[in-house]
Amino acid sequence: MTADIAAILAIDGIATGAVYALVAIGTVLIFTVTRVIFIPFGDIAAFTALTLAALDARQLPGTVGLVVVLACMACAMEVSTLARAGELRAVPKAVLGYLVLPLIAVGIVWLAMRLYPPMPVRIVLALLLILPVAPLLDRIVFRPIADASVLLLLTVSVALHFALVGLGLLFFGPEGVRTEPLTSLAMEIAGVHVPGQTVLILVAALVFSGLLFLFFDFTLLGKALRATAFNRTGARLMGIRPARAGIIAYLLGSLMAGVSGILIAPVNTIFYDSGFLLGLKAFVGAIIGGMTSYPGAALGAFGVGLLESFASFQSSTLKDVIVFSLLIPVLLWRSLASQHSEEEVEE
Amino acid sequence: MTRPQLRLIVAAVVACFIAAPFVLNPFSITLLNYIGIYALAAIGLALLTGVGGIVSFGQAAFVGVAAYSTAWVTALNGYSPWLGLVLAVALTCSIAAILGFVTLRLQGHFLSLSTVAWGLAIAFLFGNIEGLGEHNGISGIPPISIGPVALAESWQIYFLIWAIVGAVLLVCYNLLDSRVGRAMRALRGGNTLVESLGISAFQIRLLTFVIAAFFGALSGWLYAHLGRFVSPGPFDASMGIEYLMMAMVGGAGSVLGGVVGAAIVTLLKNSVQDYLPLIAKGASGQLEIVAFSALFILFLQRARQGIVPFVAGFLPDLKSSRPEPAAPLPRREQPAPGTPLLKVSSAQRRFGGLVAVNNVSFEVRSGEILGLIGPNGAGKTTMFNLLTGALRANSGEIKFAGRSITHDPQFRIARSGISRTFQHVKLRPRMTLLDNVLLGTYSRTRTGLLAGALNLNQAEEASARYEALRQLERVGLGEKPFELAGNLPLGNQRVLEIARALAADPTLLVLDEPAAGLRRQEKLKLAELLRSLRADHLTILLVEHDMEFVMSLVDRIVVLDFGSKLCEGGPAAIRSDARVQEAYLGGVA
Repeated sequence: MTADIAAILAIDGIATGAVYALVAIGTVLIFTVTRVIFIPFGDIAAFTALTLAALDARQLPGTVGLVVVLACMACAMEVSTLARAGELRAVPKAVLGYLVLPLIAVGIVWLAMRLYPPMPVRIVLALLLILPVAPLLDRIVFRPIADASVLLLLTVSVALHFALVGLGLLFFGPEGVRTEPLTSLAMEIAGVHVPGQTVLILVAALVFSGLLFLFFDFTLLGKALRATAFNRTGARLMGIRPARAGIIAYLLGSLMAGVSGILIAPVNTIFYDSGFLLGLKAFVGAIIGGMTSYPGAALGAFGVGLLESFASFQSSTLKDVIVFSLLIPVLLWRSLASQHSEEEVEE
Repeated sequence: MTRPQLRLIVAAVVACFIAAPFVLNPFSITLLNYIGIYALAAIGLALLTGVGGIVSFGQAAFVGVAAYSTAWVTALNGYSPWLGLVLAVALTCSIAAILGFVTLRLQGHFLSLSTVAWGLAIAFLFGNIEGLGEHNGISGIPPISIGPVALAESWQIYFLIWAIVGAVLLVCYNLLDSRVGRAMRALRGGNTLVESLGISAFQIRLLTFVIAAFFGALSGWLYAHLGRFVSPGPFDASMGIEYLMMAMVGGAGSVLGGVVGAAIVTLLKNSVQDYLPLIAKGASGQLEIVAFSALFILFLQRARQGIVPFVAGFLPDLKSSRPEPAAPLPRREQPAPGTPLLKVSSAQRRFGGLVAVNNVSFEVRSGEILGLIGPNGAGKTTMFNLLTGALRANSGEIKFAGRSITHDPQFRIARSGISRTFQHVKLRPRMTLLDNVLLGTYSRTRTGLLAGALNLNQAEEASARYEALRQLERVGLGEKPFELAGNLPLGNQRVLEIARALAADPTLLVLDEPAAGLRRQEKLKLAELLRSLRADHLTILLVEHDMEFVMSLVDRIVVLDFGSKLCEGGPAAIRSDARVQEAYLGGVA
């Protein structure tokens, strides 16, 4: 391997790593606020790419159907829960939040796509359409078992991923998509060709993680989220609702995942099931960062990206084997580094 | 229900299975074959997940390793399927042992995540190794032959599959009712509990892990020779979660649940494949996985317990007979009364900048009850953890019966004759009183895995059971040995912990706040029990808050304050000591 090749591989790895980093940050966000290890963020990223591709092709994205179905289910569950608790006064608000708002997002996309808006608007539309998915899934799947063990939540999360893959095939079909590059510019840095898309990915990753940082440190809502992550009971005593904090965390996480999907779509062909590996690799990054630290997760994700890039140069078929095998020593190191008093005891 | 009745039911079920191929159509037999094969993998997972508390997403990978091993031996190299079985089992168990050795020190969800990681890595390998047919798989696998008869027909291999399932079930039930199996059942109570019984938790987890892989290997071997073809698909991550679903739906705590779960999932899948095309034409493949995942999620939300435990709740309990008198278990040599038994010399333990135990020295003499007291935050619990090995001392030495135990792991300290109880009672609430106390005999008995699985341990098991009953009677709980421990009131749960500790035949009994949360009557009864134990020459170290309880009971007292030893002496001397009064009351009253 010459220095040139190493440089190209490194640039490639950093770009991939930046994409993973966005998803990894979302994963950490959800884990700290809700204790759910949300494997399906990769699917959210892939669905965003597929949505954008459909909008490009002037088709109604499959996401529309997905959101409508999920919104109806979530709304029905929320209303029946409220009815059983005898809190009928809260029903209109629930219908607004779980049914009307997602349908408004769908409606906006439906109206706007007739005009065939320019690329930046299409990206916003794709993100708008994907945002309700994770909070709705949270309501349907995780809210009824919010107090279960991390392990049970993880099992449910893996099952949910498989459900989403099936739904993805149903709503988006088996064809892979590759969207138009967001930029055709390129530049030379120290004699190495750097595509503009790579630069864009890096910048976007930095901007969005920076925004998240600002949100957490300088807004009351961000601080409420951090409080929930730190201590659910304590936060509740301070008047913060964990359920609402969860919704916000899911929205933010989906935004990060959605952006990563849009960034990767012009570089890699995305299929309905591409999300699994994307999500898992981001997740490996998050674990390297200890599942609780945002900068740690981002660094870990860059590490995974680089490793994957160099591994695929050595053996393209075995790169995934290498990446996932790496997880075991990392987990060992993590488990030894963190002090566990006593594991959860379940009956 | 009595044992003979149970045997009758089992015999009837076995007869039905033997008759099945003569009655059912070929399609149903094939279905039963697959149920049997999946059941084997699910039984392994039921042991690992339900009994051992280790949620594994990687079982499908073990099944795959075995299936590919036998395919390689038979289809690619032309040897006998029986040689394939040898390689399949050897390779699968070796891989499991190595993976387990590396990962089983992980805790909770970290461990489960590691199973996702290696499960995926192994599944990817199948599709990418040139010698194993890459994504096309390996075809032309020969059928298994027994003597001259090749089991090529569905009904022929049916007998082999279900004979193996039956044997595996029998072995599992024997195992779980034996010494090693009880240790497995204790795993979910947490490491501290398991180790305090003189059991190496890591060793038992590793054993459970390899056994689960072994059953997976049997499943994979049969799978390859039933379908006569292997490809990466059936061993990927989605199959891993399907096995988990089988084990959990059936009832992860129960071995039979593996079979029931495999049957339900397979039949459900089959009917879903039949009916989904009627609902959505052309989309059945996708909907199948959606329907399955949704059902699984619903199940995890609503009925985590599983089907077999649910049904068993309606059936009459199996009547067990009280243990008969048997040869006593060997006893430890008790040291002469008055000789120093435990000697703590300048023990120190720091947590960062905080010195929780600072230069503490004291000794416990054989045959006495020593009370370790002190106000909140005095370092009592830390001292307790140093003695039992739950924490390591930063400096100083702890000697027990003349041997240094400063650096011993918990289970070794327990084996050397220190038995403990817990401030927050740690029992296995879904095991009987007798089984809970039997756990205590672990370090006094020898029966290994195989002897337990094949029921070759009758004499020692009888001795252990009688010993457990004797200890239950000794503490006054001998009335209902088959009651579940979780049904006892707190006071009796503490007493049960003492019976469990006594079953280990300790030379030193250490009790962590035994009177906490007890009512007055219960405290009096507990004090009475401890006095009777002292009369039997047992040495007792007591960490306690309750002054009245301590003063009326102990021979000597060591007082800790702010991590250091304040003083020691008899109850009367301590009661009138000015320093103690100041520490407790903030000045001479």
